[in-house]
Amino acid sequence: MWIYEKKLQYPVRVGKCDPRLARLLIEQYGGADGELSAALRYLNQRYSIPDRVIGLLTDIGTEEFAHLEMIATMVYKLTKDASPEQMKAAGLADHYVNHDRALYYHDAAGVPWTSAYIQAKGDPIADLYEDIAAEEKARATYQWIIDNTDDPDIMDALKFLREREIVHALRFREAVELLKEHREQKKVF
Amino acid sequence: MEKGQNVDQWREWDAYYSPFDPCSPRQKYYLIPPDQMTTFQSAGLKQYSPHEALKRGTLWPDLYSPYPRGAKEGTR
Ligand SMILES: [Fe+2]
Repeated sequence: MWIYEKKLQYPVRVGKCDPRLARLLIEQYGGADGELSAALRYLNQRYSIPDRVIGLLTDIGTEEFAHLEMIATMVYKLTKDASPEQMKAAGLADHYVNHDRALYYHDAAGVPWTSAYIQAKGDPIADLYEDIAAEEKARATYQWIIDNTDDPDIMDALKFLREREIVHALRFREAVELLKEHREQKKVF
Repeated sequence: MEKGQNVDQWREWDAYYSPFDPCSPRQKYYLIPPDQMTTFQSAGLKQYSPHEALKRGTLWPDLYSPYPRGAKEGTR
């Protein structure tokens, strides 16, 4: 079970009315390498992974939901007061006709989220390598979004999120090292 | 499981077993393929004969990973 704290993991401030940026940020909401994919991937892999790394997947998977909330907050702030004309000017007319200003799990190009983005192979090395790759791809995505904004407040939150991807990637690589070790093996004759 | 060379690619672990679990417990295994154990292959490693290498898919015994069918079933 989870305990919910009604606050964001890191404060999200949006300093500039730029609905166009919402369209780019949504990549990290419902995109292949976004926070929803990350959270669901890690929490699902926990069941069949060796017990030594279950806790890590729980912790990181949970944190990804906290990141998802931060992205949602940014998107919401950028679109909640936008007029249909502003939505259209931001390239969000297609979104508007389908969802109004509601958030939806799709990527920056409007492709809806699919579980085909995530894998659970049952092989711990294959699963952890997917996780490492996902973190590096999410880090890169944050970089390209940062390149597309001049709002220092948004940049601040995105830089925090980008740094978390770096830390997560290292934790997953440490998990690989743990699994390489031989534990005293039970010998049954 | 193939005895001798490269058997230590397998790792064993025990999943938590509750007295209320419906099925009898099974030993869990996973494999660490040999590529995981080096970051950059060193020069001058022992090599298979050309014929043996063609059959195995690698020139180097250190990189060979046997996977006999049912490998995970045989050790207990
Ligand atoms: Fe992450």
